[in-house]
Amino acid sequence: MATHKFDVAVVGTGPGGYVAAIRCAQLGLSVATVEDDRPGGVCLNWGCIPTKALLRNAEVVSLMGHAADYGIRLSGFEASYPEAVQRSRRVADRMAKGVEFLFRKNKITLFPGRGTLKARNVVEVKGTGGGAETLEARAVILATGSEPKSLPGVTIDEKTVISSNGAVRNEQAPKSIAVVGAGAVGVEFADVFASYGVQVTLLEALPRVVPVEDEEVSKELTRTFTRRGITIKTGVKVASVKPGGPGAVVDLGGEKLEVEQVLMAVGRAAKVAGLGLEGLGVQLERGFVKVSPTMETSVKGIYAIGDMAGAPLLAHKAMAEGVVAAEAIAGKSPRPVDYGNVPSCTYCHPQIASIGSTEARAREAGREVSVGRFPFTANGKAVALGETEGFIKVVADKATGEILGVHIIGPEATEIIHEFAVGRTLEATLEEIIHTIHAHPTLSEAALEATLAALGQAIHI
Amino acid sequence: MAVTKVVMPKLSDAMEGGKIIKWLKKEGDRINGGDILAEVETDKADVEMEAFGAGVLRKILVPAGESAPIGALIGVIAEPGDDIAALVASAPAGVGAAPPPRPAAVTPSAPVAPVARPAAVVSAPAAFPAGPGQGAQAGRVKASPLAKKIAAQSGVDLRLIQGSGPGGRIIRRDVEAAGSGTAAAMPVAVPAAVSGAEFEDVPLTQIRAAIARRMPLSKAPVPHFYVTSEVAMDPAWELREQLNALEGQPKISVNDLVIRACALALLKHPGVNASLQGDAIRVYHRAHIGIAVALDDGLITPVLRDCHAKPLAQIAVEARDLVERARHRKLRAQELSGATFSISNLGMFDVAEFSAIINPPEGAILAVGSVRRVPVVDDTGLGVGRRMLLTISCDHRVMDGAMGARFLQDVKRLLEEPLRLLV
Repeated sequence: MATHKFDVAVVGTGPGGYVAAIRCAQLGLSVATVEDDRPGGVCLNWGCIPTKALLRNAEVVSLMGHAADYGIRLSGFEASYPEAVQRSRRVADRMAKGVEFLFRKNKITLFPGRGTLKARNVVEVKGTGGGAETLEARAVILATGSEPKSLPGVTIDEKTVISSNGAVRNEQAPKSIAVVGAGAVGVEFADVFASYGVQVTLLEALPRVVPVEDEEVSKELTRTFTRRGITIKTGVKVASVKPGGPGAVVDLGGEKLEVEQVLMAVGRAAKVAGLGLEGLGVQLERGFVKVSPTMETSVKGIYAIGDMAGAPLLAHKAMAEGVVAAEAIAGKSPRPVDYGNVPSCTYCHPQIASIGSTEARAREAGREVSVGRFPFTANGKAVALGETEGFIKVVADKATGEILGVHIIGPEATEIIHEFAVGRTLEATLEEIIHTIHAHPTLSEAALEATLAALGQAIHI
Repeated sequence: MAVTKVVMPKLSDAMEGGKIIKWLKKEGDRINGGDILAEVETDKADVEMEAFGAGVLRKILVPAGESAPIGALIGVIAEPGDDIAALVASAPAGVGAAPPPRPAAVTPSAPVAPVARPAAVVSAPAAFPAGPGQGAQAGRVKASPLAKKIAAQSGVDLRLIQGSGPGGRIIRRDVEAAGSGTAAAMPVAVPAAVSGAEFEDVPLTQIRAAIARRMPLSKAPVPHFYVTSEVAMDPAWELREQLNALEGQPKISVNDLVIRACALALLKHPGVNASLQGDAIRVYHRAHIGIAVALDDGLITPVLRDCHAKPLAQIAVEARDLVERARHRKLRAQELSGATFSISNLGMFDVAEFSAIINPPEGAILAVGSVRRVPVVDDTGLGVGRRMLLTISCDHRVMDGAMGARFLQDVKRLLEEPLRLLV
């Protein structure tokens, strides 16, 4: 068994791991990466990227359905779901190849296989094609990510009861599906399936869909999803999922739902088993690896980033943590990740994006707030696009104008959010936003108007 | 050892440049941190400039008699072996254009503790209605918009804070930390006269937090209220005449009696010896009293430290020294900041009564009128008595009317039973 020496060994090459590896290499460290799937992790291969490809398909299908609104009369069209999945695979492949290219460019060595910590500075790699290698490194970055969770008593077989993993792979769309969990993953797949004519029932145990978002955003999404024919049931508990009917019977404690497939989208759990953490005394906290502000675990020299290091389970948060870990290892003093300023994006139609506190949470925290709202119906660009659903809501501190939170539902919400992210990083207040000229006509003008509205000065409404 | 740049410090809010009166060290002299390098004339006062780094004063770039804008390189401290040619070459010739001024007065060299204090800060004049924050916005302090707003609303002086953001930018966290006392806020060197903690931070109660939040909106940024009380000064007047008749004893002024009375009362009423710092009220355990001194062209407030621990005679001697040096603009930088309470006395101008503007972040200031002979009515009928009007201005975010009144009541009692000032 060969032993290789590196400055840093990175276990897992998802968005956290590959970014950490590249940043380490940029800082002059020699880097080994370990991956038992394709580089890019869940994000590039099975999560963010392929689902965005599917959602784009869903959008195109919806647009075709509304072609007549634009004076385009179609004599019918066929939307092939298998081809949509195939396209999403091509997109994912291309992105994964991009990571492989970046590894080569930065002279990062990839060891295909499963990594296990044998000592503080030793990673054993059980090769995908058999055999084993040993990596010795001054520092180890763990970035193994997370995997879908299920509910007690519900087994995911990826055929009838599927997770997001199955949903991006299955080339056949079911006739009907129950989506359990109305968080980001649940509503995105509900959107895709509904666009392809699947009868979708969206189930959520909490009282509203996208429960972490602002209440008004949940209301707006419920309105638009219902109009698109998605059945939404909130405040319901799934008692059991059993085979039967066209595929499965979902028992909601009284009401029974017969569907062809069930998608479990009830959250994700950190992948911490089998890494050798227990033996080294790496401490966990509620199932996630406990880390310092520089992403170091309780064991010196072992770092953990991304989903396995705790909420929020978002690729961009993992990337930010990867940079922090790399710079800490290289002896720099990186600015720790600001967890209060991580944008959250959901790519259903209309899109949802938010940053900071919801209005309710800001009030609970004892802040006296002023709230500004601006609907896309009053935004010229949105009207021209024919995408007038949704609004931008700005929650600010009444006394200082501090931007406490921004909540967007509507066209390109996930792009618009960043001016507020930058603003919050720079500690801008409402005033700095309103003194920034926003180009006309753009969707971002709604951001300006919502900010003006928080000061009672909105022009276009 | 690293090279230390000596730059023209920002010594007051309005200061744009300073003139070197004279260098107290010459090129080649060995310098220790804290040594007085030069005397600098500013718009406010003549201030002694301290060295931050240690080493040899290798180069003086601005000779005595010449001026330089704040931030301009005026000298270099380094070890004899260090190459300073590039640094010296980078300095603009003479008085000409200076590099953009930096908030930190002096860049410390590596082994020096992180600079947690400004080279010198001249307190804003106590009786000037200058709104705090005004200066912060107009000045060259590098701070985020939010930090500026919070500082303006909580009475935190941005010039006293070291920023932790990129490039030393002051961000919200720094202002809040300065408020709660965990920060890079800088206690100015204090004589070790009294042991024990310098202050304690009492968490805000709900109602206090609400008052603190709302009051600034009614009268931004420091909501003042005023309490006036009349003091019978006959016994104090008599005592003072007796004391001043003693051979070999320092002369005591009415103001010295007031300082002593306030110091004792502040110990008893710590709520008045307090200041709002973000989300906490900082209650001081020592009475550092600022004494407003009128100058021809303005006002300066030197600080008499640990007044509570000093007998009347010592207060008299030190106050006289401070006032005289203030008039001659010979104050050390650290004598111009750190007051926990201030006294402004316009008695010498035959002013019966006035109200003073609080000098943030202090929580209160006492305005002292003249001692006047007035008709008084007592049990025996109409007579003539000596009376003095005291008006305290209080920061309503920190204290309420009754607190100010009780404090004033004690000051009045101490002055009316003046033997208490001697024990």
